[in-house]
Amino acid sequence: MARIITTTDKKPKPRPDIVDGHTLSMYVNNKPGVLMRICQIFARRAYNIDSLVVSQGRDPRFSRLTLGISGDPAGLTQIILQCDKLIDVIHCFEHTPEDAVVRELALIKIKAVSAERRTEILQIVEHFGGKTVDFGESSIIIRIEGASDKVDASIRLLNNYDIVETVRTGKVVMARGEQVT
Amino acid sequence: MASKKQQELDGAQALIMTLSSLGIEYVFGYSGGAALPIFDALETVKSNIKFVLTRHEQGATHMADGYARATGKPAVVLVTSGPGAGNTITGIMTAQMDSVPMIIVTGQQVTWMLGKDAFQEADIFGITIPIVKHNYLVRETNELPRVAREAYHIATTGRPGPVLIDVPKNVSQSPFTGDLECEIDLPGYKPEKGFDIDSTCIEEAARLINLAKKPVILAGHGAMLSGAERELMEIATKLDCPVTSTLLGKGVFPETHALSLGMLGMHGTAYANKAICECDLIFNIGSRFDDRIIGQADKFGANAKIIHIDLDISEMGKMIVADVEVVGDARTALRQLIPLVEKRKRPEWNEHINGYKKKYPLAYKKQGGLRMQHVLDEINDLTGGNAIITTDVGQHQMWAAQFCTNDESFKWISSGGAGTMGFGFPAAIGAQLACPEETVIAVCGDGGFQMTLCELATAVIHKLPVKILVLNNHYLGMVRQWQELFFDNRESGVDLIGNPDFVKLAEAYGCKGINIKRPADVRKKLQEALDYNEGPILINVECIKTENVFPMIPAGAALEDMLTEPPKYKMAKPVGST
Repeated sequence: MARIITTTDKKPKPRPDIVDGHTLSMYVNNKPGVLMRICQIFARRAYNIDSLVVSQGRDPRFSRLTLGISGDPAGLTQIILQCDKLIDVIHCFEHTPEDAVVRELALIKIKAVSAERRTEILQIVEHFGGKTVDFGESSIIIRIEGASDKVDASIRLLNNYDIVETVRTGKVVMARGEQVT
Repeated sequence: MASKKQQELDGAQALIMTLSSLGIEYVFGYSGGAALPIFDALETVKSNIKFVLTRHEQGATHMADGYARATGKPAVVLVTSGPGAGNTITGIMTAQMDSVPMIIVTGQQVTWMLGKDAFQEADIFGITIPIVKHNYLVRETNELPRVAREAYHIATTGRPGPVLIDVPKNVSQSPFTGDLECEIDLPGYKPEKGFDIDSTCIEEAARLINLAKKPVILAGHGAMLSGAERELMEIATKLDCPVTSTLLGKGVFPETHALSLGMLGMHGTAYANKAICECDLIFNIGSRFDDRIIGQADKFGANAKIIHIDLDISEMGKMIVADVEVVGDARTALRQLIPLVEKRKRPEWNEHINGYKKKYPLAYKKQGGLRMQHVLDEINDLTGGNAIITTDVGQHQMWAAQFCTNDESFKWISSGGAGTMGFGFPAAIGAQLACPEETVIAVCGDGGFQMTLCELATAVIHKLPVKILVLNNHYLGMVRQWQELFFDNRESGVDLIGNPDFVKLAEAYGCKGINIKRPADVRKKLQEALDYNEGPILINVECIKTENVFPMIPAGAALEDMLTEPPKYKMAKPVGST
């Protein structure tokens, strides 16, 4: 179950089993300054934001935030509650891979190499269900999407080739079943 | 629907009309360029709002704070942009830390100059995010009434707090064509949920209470803000349970009641701290377990069950993990609890605590110089404990908390969480304006008073009969006490050499001033000051320079390590908290 936190619900139990890689989703007012309010809460307690995705909600008055957080799990409960307390935050949940679908997308630029090695690269890409989105003379750009560990694994393998740079979107999350994200 | 008349308004007028319709009685402020249209609206709009010109923006915030703490209603602070807004920071932070409702309206540069380092431009919206309950930067004139309504609603409901509204000059002076009676729109804010309390938590709390043999009630500011005085008295007497209060909870349970233990914590009474150490149940009603009351967190209530009632769920488990967490309004929770708890008599437990009351009374010497405790004890006696007391922060504050007993809520006005020096005197001005019939005494140190003494002019102009008690030891006494106890008595940055003659200073402002220099004069001169009601009176009391406050729990130490008298051994420097 996701941790639903509203003002009257019981406080969620800390999840010491999750050491890092906490995934929070927030539904917030689509207004200037909201992100500042949220980020300040994490910075004050020395939590690092590993990834952050913000986009307009289906209802344009609201935005969705997905945050990847690392830091002491003991204090995280209180931080979630403090975020939820913000007037501009409609709700704030923590999600785990069991109760939610977590995905991210990576673009990986690799220097053009011999045709032989290029075939190897394309095999790896195919294995991870990725796609070549740019095929140039000097470089190729590959798109990989999936759970974060899958993206990690693909980049680990592609590290054997000459990666120029990588760009990752950061995690987006959606709760499974009846649960609200 | 906007009537024809409304269309002739500008944004500033719409703002002032809205604030007036919300019942705002006082605006404390200081004018300036970016706030010109709003100041003009104070003159052009017919309303019941009274404007008080302060001498510094910090003073304005503390006055609004004192007004709010005495009445429960918010006042408005109105200042200009840049430095004007910047000077309100300390006061806003003070209000936020102590859950005080306040609306701060700041003027701002015109919208197209924002972010371009224009004259007197400061990002006060960004600066104040961590120290407000909520804030706004208004970019549309027609939004002003809605924002003002939302600000009032947010400031006064749930856990109260300050709300800042930053108003660019072009927004305030453009024509208003909107609806003054607009609805608020706050989908992420549901304070009414605080009255809907999980009954299983109440039942579990009742079970623990009924099992307890040696319970203590810890009453905090939240109990006061929810108006739970009667319910608190009912449950305390039904359970025959002693009650201690936090600094900000002073008065929510009558301190002269036999079950009262007074204040607990760092400089609380020895019997309150002993009771907390020995009890088997700590029943916290509306306190946030501040570090000043729990000391070393892992030893606090180590042998007791803990029940925590708090409106703010984010306070749960922040400092202390309770056995039962009741999220909701204290009064509502107590009303639900009272029928579930069993009536008890606890002669042994109360007798045991009374033994501590006899063994460790709050006492002081009347010989060998003039002590602050003596002055405060006499004040308490002369006023029958009925005066509104405001304080600064430091030794005088702790002695005032110990010796000025409060039997009613909203009569003790002190900066708790923020520990703001310079708070007491302006807060007293706000409280006196709110309660013209009450005796208001600003208990100040010589350090704190000098931080906001310019407000003498404000008090004189409005002929406010505030009693300004300057307990003058020519030191920053509390810091000096720490240096004496923990830093081998090496004084550093605490000697207030160069203090003015406070009586002459008062007279320069047209304020009456008197000196008290001998213990024998204390009662007579204080009575003289209490009888003077034509305006403010400053009472400069020349006190012993190096007296220390006891009992004392060194910061971060456990409650059982409390000192009731000066230590006979060298103390280690405290490492926990400050």
